[in-house]
Amino acid sequence: MTATTTAPGSADTAAVRRAISSTPRPTRPGPLSAALTFGWRGMLKVKHVPEQLLDVTVTPVMFLLMFTYLFGGAIAGSTSAYLDYTLPGLLVMSVLFTTVYSGVSLNTDLTKGVVDRFRTLPIWRPAPLLGSLLGDSVRYVIAGTVIIVVGVALGFRPDGGVLGAVAALGLVVAFSFGLSWVFSVLGLLMRSPNAVMNAGFMAIFPLTFLSNVFVDPATLPGPLEAFVDVNPISVLATASRSLMAGAPDGTAIVVSLAVAAGLAAVFLPLTTRLYRSR
Amino acid sequence: MSTQTALAIDARGLGKSFGETRAVDGVDLAVPAGAIYGVLGPNGAGKTTTIRMLATLIPPDAGSARVLGHDVVSEAATVRELVSLTGQLASVDEELTGRENLRLLGRLLGYPRAAAKDRADELLDAFDIAEAGGKLVKHYSGGMRRRLDIAASIVVTPRLMFLDEPTTGLDPRSRNQVWEIARALVAEGTTILLCTQYLEEADQLADGIAVIDRGRVIAEGTPADLKASVGTGSLYLRLLHPGQRAEAAQLLERTVGPVVLEPEPAALSATGADAGRAAIAVAELSRAGFPLVHFSLQQPSLDEVFLALTGHAAEETSPLSDDLQEHLS
Ligand SMILES: Nc1ncnc2c1ncn2[C@@H]1O[C@H](COP(=O)(O)OP(=O)(O)OP(=O)(O)O)[C@@H](O)[C@H]1O
Ligand SMILES: [Mg+2]
Repeated sequence: MTATTTAPGSADTAAVRRAISSTPRPTRPGPLSAALTFGWRGMLKVKHVPEQLLDVTVTPVMFLLMFTYLFGGAIAGSTSAYLDYTLPGLLVMSVLFTTVYSGVSLNTDLTKGVVDRFRTLPIWRPAPLLGSLLGDSVRYVIAGTVIIVVGVALGFRPDGGVLGAVAALGLVVAFSFGLSWVFSVLGLLMRSPNAVMNAGFMAIFPLTFLSNVFVDPATLPGPLEAFVDVNPISVLATASRSLMAGAPDGTAIVVSLAVAAGLAAVFLPLTTRLYRSR
Repeated sequence: MSTQTALAIDARGLGKSFGETRAVDGVDLAVPAGAIYGVLGPNGAGKTTTIRMLATLIPPDAGSARVLGHDVVSEAATVRELVSLTGQLASVDEELTGRENLRLLGRLLGYPRAAAKDRADELLDAFDIAEAGGKLVKHYSGGMRRRLDIAASIVVTPRLMFLDEPTTGLDPRSRNQVWEIARALVAEGTTILLCTQYLEEADQLADGIAVIDRGRVIAEGTPADLKASVGTGSLYLRLLHPGQRAEAAQLLERTVGPVVLEPEPAALSATGADAGRAAIAVAELSRAGFPLVHFSLQQPSLDEVFLALTGHAAEETSPLSDDLQEHLS
C-alpha cells in the first residue's frame, strides 16, 4: 500500500515528471550519423574492455616468441631469417583472430537484449552493423600494430620499410572487413558469446596452422601442400609478406581482396537478414 | 485525433508459433490511450512474444495489430517512431557507463552532441543514478539497471511504452521507484502496456487487465473485477500457544470463513477474509484469550486468480502439456 508520507527510496517524482515533459522531439539522424554513433560506441568498448584486445594480441605475440626462438633456427637456419619470414604471417593471424570478436560482441548484444532496443529505434536499419565495423577496425589496427612493433623490437627490418608495413596492415584489415561478416552470422545463430568464441577459434586456428604463416609449404607432403597453397590465409600471408618486402605480389593481393569481397557478398546480406528477424 | 475513442493498441487474433510451440494463439487486445494496461500471465504464457510483435521486433504469423493507429507490419517504421521498449532483460549496454548509454540513445534519436549530453545528465539526476553515471553498467545493482533501462526508453518521451516485467527480481524499494516512474509517465500522457506475473503489480498500476494463459486471453477487466472473481484474500495468523490452535480455528471459522491449518504448528489461515471481517476476527481472538504473535491479510495471488479462472494452477506451459491440450480438445 502507498503510505501517506512519501516512502523512503521513492524516486523524486517531480524531477521525473520534469524530465519526461522536457523533451521536444529532435529530428531523427541520417544514416551516416547513426552509423557513426555506433562507431563511437565501438570505440568506447575498446576503451572500457581492453581485456578483449589483450587476449587477441597476446596469443600471436606468444607465437612470435615461441616460433622464432624455439623453431626459427631449425626451420629457416637462423632466428632473424625466420622472423623475416613469419612476421608478415603473424600479422595476418593477429588481425584475423580479432575478427572473431565481431561475432562475440554481436552475440552479447543479442543475448543481453541490446539488439531489441536498437531495433525498436527509428534509425537506418544497417546502422548498428556498419557502425560496429568502425570500432572493429580500430581493434584490427591496434592488434596489427602491436605485432609489428614487437617484431621490430626483436630485430625485424623489412625491405619495404614503413610504407610496406602500413600497406600490409591495410590489406589485412581490408580482408578482415570481409571475414568479420562470417563471424557476425555465427554470432547471430549461436546461443552464447562463449559458443561463438569457441566455434570461431575452432575454425580459424587450424586454418591458420594449415597455411604458410609458420612454414614454407614446399617442405610439406603433397596433399597437405596442395591444401595450404589454396588456403586463402596463405594467399593473404603471401601478399602481406610481399608488401613488407617491398616487392608487391599483384596476384596474391588481388586474390585476397577478391576473397574478402566474396565473403562480404555472401555473409553481409545474411547478417542483415538475420539481424532483422532475430 | 480524439483521445477518448482512440485505441493505443488494437490487436486482433494475433498469433505466433516457434516451431511446434504456439507461443501466442489468437490474442485480442484493445488498449485505451492514456492509461496503464496490464497483461498478466505466468511464465511462458506468451507475454513477451506479444510485446515483441507489437513493438515490431517480430512479425505475427496470424492476425493483425495497429499501434497508435499504425499497422505493426506495413507501417513498422512509423510505429518505431512512437513507441519504446523496456524489455524483460534490462536492455542496456553493460560495457558502457550509464551516462554513455543515455548519450548513445540521445544521439541515435537525433540530439546534437551537447544536447544528448545534457539530456543524459537530466535523466540520470531524475532517476537517482547520477552518482553512478560514470560507472560501467555491469557494476550496477538490479534496481539501478532497471531505472537506467527505463530512462533509456524515455530519452525521447514515447507515446506508448512497453514494460515487460519491470520489477521481477527487484527489492521492494526499487520496485516502488519503478512504479512511481510508471505513474509519472502516464501522468505526462504516455500509454503503458505492462506485462507482469504479479497480480499486486497489475492491481497497483493498471486501469485494465488482460489475463493470458497459453497464448490466449482468458479474462479481461478492471483489477477490481478480477479480484472479485477470485474472492477476497486470506487472513494469516500465528498464535503464541500452539495448543490453542483447534479452538482458535473454530472461532475463526465462525467469524471469517473456511480455515486452513498451516504446516507450522502455531499458524492457521482463513480464506474469504476482507479487511473488515479480519479486523473483527483479530479483535475477537484477543478478547477470547488467544494471544497472537502475528497476523496479516494476504492478497489473492496470481495462482489463485488462475485457479479461479481456469481451474488449473499457473504453471509453465511445456510443449508436452500443449500437445496434451490439443489431444484433449
Ligand atoms: N525465440 C523463441 N524460440 C522458440 N520458442 C520461443 C521463443 N520465444 C518464446 N518461445 C516460447 O514461446 C512461449 C511463450 O514465451 P514468452 O517468452 O512469450 O512467454 P512470457 O509470458 O513472456 O513468459 P515469462 O514470464 O517467462 O517471460 C514459451 O513456451 C517459450 O518457450
Ligand atoms: Mg517474458
